[in-house]
Amino acid sequence: MENTLERIYADAMDALASATDVDAVSDLSTQYLGRKGHITHYLRNISSLPVEERPQAGKRANEIKRSLEDEFKKTLTRLADTSKTAADRIDVSLPGRVPEKGSLHPITQITNRICNIFSQMGFDVVEGPEVETDYYNFEALNIPKNHPARDMQDTFYVSDTVVLRTHTSPTQPRVMEKQPPPVRIIAPGKVYRCDSDLTHTPMFHQVEGLLVDRHVSFADLKGTLTVFIHRMFDDQTTLRFRPSFFPFTEPSAEVDIRCVICRGKGCRVCSQTGWLEILGSGMVHPAVFENIGYDTSRYTGFAFGMGVERIAMLKYGIDDIRRYFDNDYRFLSQF
Amino acid sequence: MKVSLNWLKEYVPIDMAVPDLADALTMAGLEVEGVEDRYAHLETVVVGQVVEVLPHPNADRLKLCRVDGGNGVVTVVCGAPNVAAGVLAPLARVGTRLPDGTLLAKTVIRGEPSEGMLCSEVELGLGLDGSGLMLLEGDFQPGTALKSALNLFDCTLEIGLTPNRPDCLSMMGVAREIAAIQGVKMNPPVFSLPEAHGDISASTSVTIEAPDHCPRYAARLIDRITVAPSPDWLQDRLRSVGVRPINNVVDITNFVMLETGQPLHAFDFDHLSGHRIVVRTAADQEPFTTLDQKARRLTDQVLMICDGEKPVAVGGVMGGLNSEIEDATTRVLIESACFDPISIRRTSKALGLNTDASHRFERGVDPDGTLFALNRAAGLMTELGQGRLVDGVIDEDFRQSGPLELSLGVRATNDLLGTDLDRGRMAALLESIDFEVQADGEEALQVRVPSFRVDVTRPQDLMEEVARLSGYNQIPTTFPLLPAQGTTPSPMMVRRNQVRDILCGFGFSEAVNYSFISADSCDRIKLHADDPRRDHISLLNPISEEQSVMRTTLVPGILEAGQRNIARQQNNLRLFEIGKVFLPQSDAPLPLEKEMLVGIWTGRRAKAAWHTREAPCDFFDIKGAVQGLAIALGLTELSFSAMPDAQCRYTRAGRTAQVLHHGRLLGVVGEVDGEVVNTYSLKQPAFIFELDLEAIGRLATDSKQMAPIPRFPSTARDITVIVDQTIESGCLLDAVAQFGEKLVADIYLFDVFAGDPIPAGKKSVSFRVVYRSAERTLEDETVNAIHHHLTHRLIDEFGAALPV
Repeated sequence: MENTLERIYADAMDALASATDVDAVSDLSTQYLGRKGHITHYLRNISSLPVEERPQAGKRANEIKRSLEDEFKKTLTRLADTSKTAADRIDVSLPGRVPEKGSLHPITQITNRICNIFSQMGFDVVEGPEVETDYYNFEALNIPKNHPARDMQDTFYVSDTVVLRTHTSPTQPRVMEKQPPPVRIIAPGKVYRCDSDLTHTPMFHQVEGLLVDRHVSFADLKGTLTVFIHRMFDDQTTLRFRPSFFPFTEPSAEVDIRCVICRGKGCRVCSQTGWLEILGSGMVHPAVFENIGYDTSRYTGFAFGMGVERIAMLKYGIDDIRRYFDNDYRFLSQF
Repeated sequence: MKVSLNWLKEYVPIDMAVPDLADALTMAGLEVEGVEDRYAHLETVVVGQVVEVLPHPNADRLKLCRVDGGNGVVTVVCGAPNVAAGVLAPLARVGTRLPDGTLLAKTVIRGEPSEGMLCSEVELGLGLDGSGLMLLEGDFQPGTALKSALNLFDCTLEIGLTPNRPDCLSMMGVAREIAAIQGVKMNPPVFSLPEAHGDISASTSVTIEAPDHCPRYAARLIDRITVAPSPDWLQDRLRSVGVRPINNVVDITNFVMLETGQPLHAFDFDHLSGHRIVVRTAADQEPFTTLDQKARRLTDQVLMICDGEKPVAVGGVMGGLNSEIEDATTRVLIESACFDPISIRRTSKALGLNTDASHRFERGVDPDGTLFALNRAAGLMTELGQGRLVDGVIDEDFRQSGPLELSLGVRATNDLLGTDLDRGRMAALLESIDFEVQADGEEALQVRVPSFRVDVTRPQDLMEEVARLSGYNQIPTTFPLLPAQGTTPSPMMVRRNQVRDILCGFGFSEAVNYSFISADSCDRIKLHADDPRRDHISLLNPISEEQSVMRTTLVPGILEAGQRNIARQQNNLRLFEIGKVFLPQSDAPLPLEKEMLVGIWTGRRAKAAWHTREAPCDFFDIKGAVQGLAIALGLTELSFSAMPDAQCRYTRAGRTAQVLHHGRLLGVVGEVDGEVVNTYSLKQPAFIFELDLEAIGRLATDSKQMAPIPRFPSTARDITVIVDQTIESGCLLDAVAQFGEKLVADIYLFDVFAGDPIPAGKKSVSFRVVYRSAERTLEDETVNAIHHHLTHRLIDEFGAALPV
């Protein structure tokens, strides 16, 4: 008798497992749980069992009944969901609703990157005016009037005494005038030179650096710029320091890096030299400190400057400096 | 500065390979920018032997030559008068590029094929003789490369000299650097002067009236000279560095300048009135014709070399036409002077004349080298021009200062460089470039600076010499000892980058325009005649009219960027720019530089996609961008109201809003005016905003205070009122907000409608008011009462009606 009940249950579960639609499940429900169903029939006939077996059998039969009711219901829900899914299926390969994205100008991105690297080294970011006095742009930086060094920079003049700054270096005296050493600044910004051809635009961007303290050496300058170059490009980038001339530094150094395009083999970008000029630098000239009133016997410092366009050209493979200010959307949207 | 390797070898043996030499010079601060094989064009030129000369069937003056070029006999058409069977001459093979640029190809001349060319000296750039073939004397095998037959090997180096190194504007100066690199000594040229006659002081005199401009002036006199072409070796030296030979006298002055760095000038002594020299400044507007045949007007800043009555040269810059060396010249006065660099530079700038002489003088020539160069030139003129040296030298010398002595501390040097060099090493480095060095006390050096190093005036200059000669790359790499304690960047920098990021997120790309604009830009954007932005900072020397004044608004720049893009079919644009405008200030030497923000949106709002139809952008797109920016910056108090017509004329009347903060104008947002659209060829509606970024940056805030999250549910009620078209919807919303009803939690507009069935001149405005209490759930009756009250206040204040 008990075997009969368990067999009914097992048969019902088997039948349910192979039911594939709602109708089949309804039929099964009727067949087992309906008024004339197997379970119902079993419960009705429970009185034919010996008295001592009846409670146990009744309990078990009701358990099975509830279990089957549950299973039928679950199966019905599952089958209903399946048919709904088929109707609601979407083409997930269709493009999503992408918010339109703008882009930051490559000069902004590179400037920010340069400033971040130096900020991490403790440099403060400062800014200065773009229309500048002759004094800050030249005189304070040891570039007197009628000095051939003025030929190094073609200057836009606003008046005899006012120019468009030709470099970010005037921020050096401007900052030093306002604070005693130590000084550790970085100064990004636009600069202007009266020069326009394939490789020059009359406006471009520089980042200036200045560090003044006791016991600052040329070796420290080398260390600082080496760290910068390694973070800006990569740790494998080789640098060389080469004697040069800037009126406001002594000794002065040009910093070259191994060409990042050809790795030093020689290519168009490095004019076959394997080296790229990337920074001008040097130890602050004592005449600059004297103009400010810093004690040259106590303090030394180094300064450096770099062109942002040049670095961006190397980082992004930009081929023509004039693209920066043409603002062609097809250019801007690439960054 | 161009130098020739062969020429340099006159003063220093060079045992380095050329690339190594170039590299070493670069690393010593003399940047080699280019290396050229002087005879590269002779690669394909060989010794040819003329085997047979036949008449040209179609031309009397031409001949058909059969020439043995080593690997067979070729036919060459030749017109040289001296071509003959048996002679040896340079044969330029097909493929040769001659110095004049001609590329030789297989060709047909008057019907006869010609393979290559038999050449004259001129054609190969090896001399001046163009009268016939360059006949080669010697026992040469046909086919021998001409370079090896004639021993033609030379390289030229182009050195990019920094302005502080005038000493290297000479072969001797560069040779001195090479000698130091190789650890040897430079040998100055050795010469002796011939026997002299007469007495110069009996023939001429020099008077310096302006010693500030000309501290030293020396002269010698040569007579019975024959002006003629220079000998080959001298012409070749000049040509090797790109100087054109003229005649022996002029060539010698150029040669000595290139050799020593001292510019010289040769006067025809018989053209000097009174046979004397007076050095003075010019009278203002004094006329003078320089050697380049240009008539000039001088100023009183210009130093003139004069004779007894008139100017004969612009001192240190260029000679005059009136005392030029001519073929008939027989007496020559050689000038070797030392001019003040500032004076020469001023003159050179004023006259727009930059010469080899002025280039050297304005950087500083060796004041002790005056007589050496003078005698060197005199010696060569007597030798090469068969001149007779007049005895004696005139040397007017007004110099005040003697040789410079500097004390160089060994420790100070090592401290500045971060090195550990000992005193002996430093001394040896300085001595290698002819500084005289002695021990000074325990740890310093007493250094006498050679007169040709006019750039060395301080101990730091000596430190640089020590550093560059020992090699910058030998200096260790260390780090500054300053603790890392940077301050935070200025609020403006932070805001600027924040604004950039926000606008990028809104789909705007960043543009960077030039800070200078065209002077007529203000007309182009229709600024009022009295608009202060018409007051520009102008450049005295602009590159072009289009870039002649500093911008006072970012609008023209962004419109031009739009114009260029639209011309390139980039019709859908969202661009912004952050940049400075420059506003003149009457009470300060420098203009006020103010940071502004401009943006433009033109073309579509959104790209056509399977889920979205493409639609053009409108005013509310760009206004939305500005509002979104304000929200992101925490600028909750920003408001927009209609710009009075004609106040902003680059935007359309009736479609322009002023952006206000508590009544203060922060900027403009609107549709670009139709005329301006045409002026900038935008071809389609465009929308623009310009905002005062500095003001916005100051108002923006990061400080936030959390408000409690509501615990009770809210209830919403809608109002629709019909009002006059002229009433700004914003006023209705503001009014509700200002009623000060505490239970109003939020209010927003969701519909505006005009047209049937709304009466003409009216519009219906619908908005939703959200009510909430922080203390309890609101009952309908409470909300209804308040809502009713609000509605009726609106009706009263705005003459509104309710919809029927």
